[in-house]
Amino acid sequence: MRIGIPKEIHDGEKKVATTPEVAEQLIKLGFEVAIESNAGQAANFSDDAYRESGVSIVEDTKKLWSESDIILKVRAPETHPELCIDEVELLHEGQTLLSFIWPAQNEELMQRLANRKVTVLAMDSVPRISRAQKMDALSSLANIGGYRAVVEAAQHFGRFFTGQITAAGKIPPAKVLVIGAGVAGLAAIGAAKSMGAIVRAFDTRPEVKEQVESMDGEFLMLEFEGDDDGSGEGGYAKVMSDEFIKAEMDLFARQAMEVDIIITTALIPGRPAPELITEAMVKSMKDGSVIVDLAAEKGGNCKLTEADKVVVKHGVTLIGYTDLPSRLATQASQLYGTNLRHLLTELSPEKNGEIFVNMEDEAIRGATVINNGEITWPPPAPKLSAAPKKEPATAPVAPAEPEPEPSKLKGLLPFIIGGLALLGLGSVAPAAFMAHFTVFVLACFVGYMVIWNVSPSLHTPLMSVTNAISSIIIIGALIQVSSDQNWIMVLSGIAILITSINIVGGFAVTQRMLAMFRR
Amino acid sequence: MSAGIVTVSYIGASVLFILALGGLSNQETARRGNLYGMIGMGLALIATLIGIVTANYGVLLFGAVIGGFVGWILAKKVEMTQMPELVAILHSLVGLAAVLVGYANFMDHNIALTGVDKTIHDVETYIGILIGALTFSGSIIAFLKLSAKIGGSPLMLPARHWLNLGLLILALWFGNDFLNESATGGGMVPLILMTIVALLFGVHMVMAIGGADMPVVVSMLNSYSGWAAAATGFMLNNDLLIVVGALVGSSGAILSYIMCRAMNRKFLSVIAGGFGTTAGSSTPAAEGDAGEVIAVQADEVADMLLDAREVMIIPGYGMAVAQAQHTVYELTKQLRDKKINVRFGIHPVAGRMPGHMNVLLAEAKVPYDIVFEMDEINEDFPNVDVSIVIGANDIVNPAAQDEPNSPIAGMPVLEPWKGKTTIVLKRGMATGYAGVDNPLFYKENTRMLFGDAKDSIDAVLKAVSN
Repeated sequence: MRIGIPKEIHDGEKKVATTPEVAEQLIKLGFEVAIESNAGQAANFSDDAYRESGVSIVEDTKKLWSESDIILKVRAPETHPELCIDEVELLHEGQTLLSFIWPAQNEELMQRLANRKVTVLAMDSVPRISRAQKMDALSSLANIGGYRAVVEAAQHFGRFFTGQITAAGKIPPAKVLVIGAGVAGLAAIGAAKSMGAIVRAFDTRPEVKEQVESMDGEFLMLEFEGDDDGSGEGGYAKVMSDEFIKAEMDLFARQAMEVDIIITTALIPGRPAPELITEAMVKSMKDGSVIVDLAAEKGGNCKLTEADKVVVKHGVTLIGYTDLPSRLATQASQLYGTNLRHLLTELSPEKNGEIFVNMEDEAIRGATVINNGEITWPPPAPKLSAAPKKEPATAPVAPAEPEPEPSKLKGLLPFIIGGLALLGLGSVAPAAFMAHFTVFVLACFVGYMVIWNVSPSLHTPLMSVTNAISSIIIIGALIQVSSDQNWIMVLSGIAILITSINIVGGFAVTQRMLAMFRR
Repeated sequence: MSAGIVTVSYIGASVLFILALGGLSNQETARRGNLYGMIGMGLALIATLIGIVTANYGVLLFGAVIGGFVGWILAKKVEMTQMPELVAILHSLVGLAAVLVGYANFMDHNIALTGVDKTIHDVETYIGILIGALTFSGSIIAFLKLSAKIGGSPLMLPARHWLNLGLLILALWFGNDFLNESATGGGMVPLILMTIVALLFGVHMVMAIGGADMPVVVSMLNSYSGWAAAATGFMLNNDLLIVVGALVGSSGAILSYIMCRAMNRKFLSVIAGGFGTTAGSSTPAAEGDAGEVIAVQADEVADMLLDAREVMIIPGYGMAVAQAQHTVYELTKQLRDKKINVRFGIHPVAGRMPGHMNVLLAEAKVPYDIVFEMDEINEDFPNVDVSIVIGANDIVNPAAQDEPNSPIAGMPVLEPWKGKTTIVLKRGMATGYAGVDNPLFYKENTRMLFGDAKDSIDAVLKAVSN
């Protein structure tokens, strides 16, 4: 099948749905790949680079759309500025589109796509299950967004991130507050931390505390009575109660006075962004402070931010870029392209360049929002596979109950039986036998004492040395080999032969093993 | 040479053997222990040669030289991964020797005994041959199983416990016959029949034991070979044989016990054979839909390793099969040079014989102070960034802890899932020797790297060095 990658037409979109590296792997999967001329230019991928990977370059946009069986895009279809035609109109029946769609917000677009009788897989609808992680473009891009947010903040912040003592005086480290510890938040924590800042983070979901701490961030705990847990379905946050929000706002107000940089990433799926940073808080911040609002596209976590702009209000720089991943277009394209490739690999289990939308497969089912003109969104609630499942305590199974104290009689029983047996033996056996028997029992105990504390790493050498020693049975053969009866001599001779193998082999191999152990 | 000097030499040899075993219990003294063993053996042999042997030196020399040469070659040639097989086959030789010595002694009509002495002597001969034959055939089967010449799965004959009981009764029956006939100068026929019964018993016993229990079997056979020597000692009225046999016998028994404890199995149920005869196969079916595994590539593993601060390597039988220990250590060195703390976590029953993994790692020159036992290291897993499980399965199976119906329930296991990420190197999704599905593979923080362990580690190593 032929994959076509048109140039992105959204204003400011620099990403491209496939890089030369990804294209090469797609071709290995059996696909043909064609790309619109200059599609990768903004992400620093030249047409020549694509050509080298075996991709054909198509000059004519319409031709690319009409000749491809699968279209890979970043942004949802919209009106083409040069052709003055909606990209939806360029689709033809039976085509498959892989792109961001946001079906919940774009009902009208969904309807028009359905009318074109195409199949649409929305990258934003890939279910959040462990297996689908490799196709989770939202996480890939959020990761980049979080990193870039810190870079933007550093750009507009008039000071160092890291603290230093220099001849010219002391430089205090910057204090960064990250609100929302999702993928973007965690990436921001990591980036800010590695630049030397003091990083604090807050999230309504208490279970992310560990993740924040794993990035070396400090997790701000909310002192709040109640059992409000902010974890919603699919790993996203949910709307919180009023008391919770009040406590939360108090915390932010106190922090705002202290920190230099605030990065907000708080989003609730399908709703406008919650307002977390009020105008009063902005006013209370030090002059020269920076707020990066990653939720600007959905109205912003701070009402003063303006989408796609950098504004200075009350001495605070508010950054409202909505295209942060696009500002790292090369990397973002690479990750997004890889996500797409993983999805295509899932779609083409035979690796023969044909795709099959298997609606039984949970990951594919979730991503497929339109199947041959039929709207299949929203998907049925995902059956949580191996993931959370509220793990039953993995701690070692507690011993059922303390073992009942064995009755004294029971404990003594083996000794009594053993004693009686010895008595019985002693009453019939001749003295010579008893002497040997004494030696035998004592030797058993010596063996027990000597071996009990052996270190487990030496079990194998121990076994081979005891094996060598047990061939002391050769003595038995030696005693008898001098017999004048031929049969006995032959049998003893064979016994000597095989025990010699054992003696030499056992000791030599033990020596060899022990020589290898070293500190 | 007088009998007194021979006896004194034997006492010296006994002491040296005890010192040898004692020395083997610790890394620092182990080599000295082996040396004591060799001196003890030498002393006993020389004393016997000079003091007791009077004729047929030619046969003796012939046997000793050929045997010694073969043994030497074996010891030099054997791969460390084949140690379990070697030990098993050597055990069979001791068993065979006990049988031969027993027959030779029985045929020697120069020994004139009467009454109780005669009876006791006959019983000793009988028991010596019985244990020897059992050890012989059992070890051969163990050898065949370990070297994969026959399948590792337990052979479950119907009514096998009754079969065992029947063989035992048969052996007792022949024993009675033997004593009666021996009193009148005969007895060869029941003795031979008993030997056949004992051989069958050994075969059946080991056939019924599953591959996962092999470490126990090997040390159990070790114990038997000791008891065979001790019984021979009684027969020949030789204290040295008794002492050494008892030492080896009890040490093997204790080792088996330690192994069983490590697997949380009853010694008797291992001997009786057949894994999980009561618990059964409920779990694999129930957990069949456990979830999806996440496969990764070698370069991703390399990145994870390079990002980690604490790495734990958990080797299993798969490492032995793939001969990957050298590559593993190469990887360890590279990572340690990069200030990543790499350690090894060894489960007591990893591999096919006790201490198998330690020997392999030692062969690859892994310093033993970064190799830790399960009990030493299990608590550290929460601090571990990446655990690499190389061809191990049952010993890292969380079902042992939280799946009360699992056949391996209650067996202590290593707990890599408590760390941040676990990478499992495996050839495919097959179950381990216990035949139990492993929920670890489906955990969210587990990544699977499929392929031959050595090839996979090679690829990871290459990616790490770039």
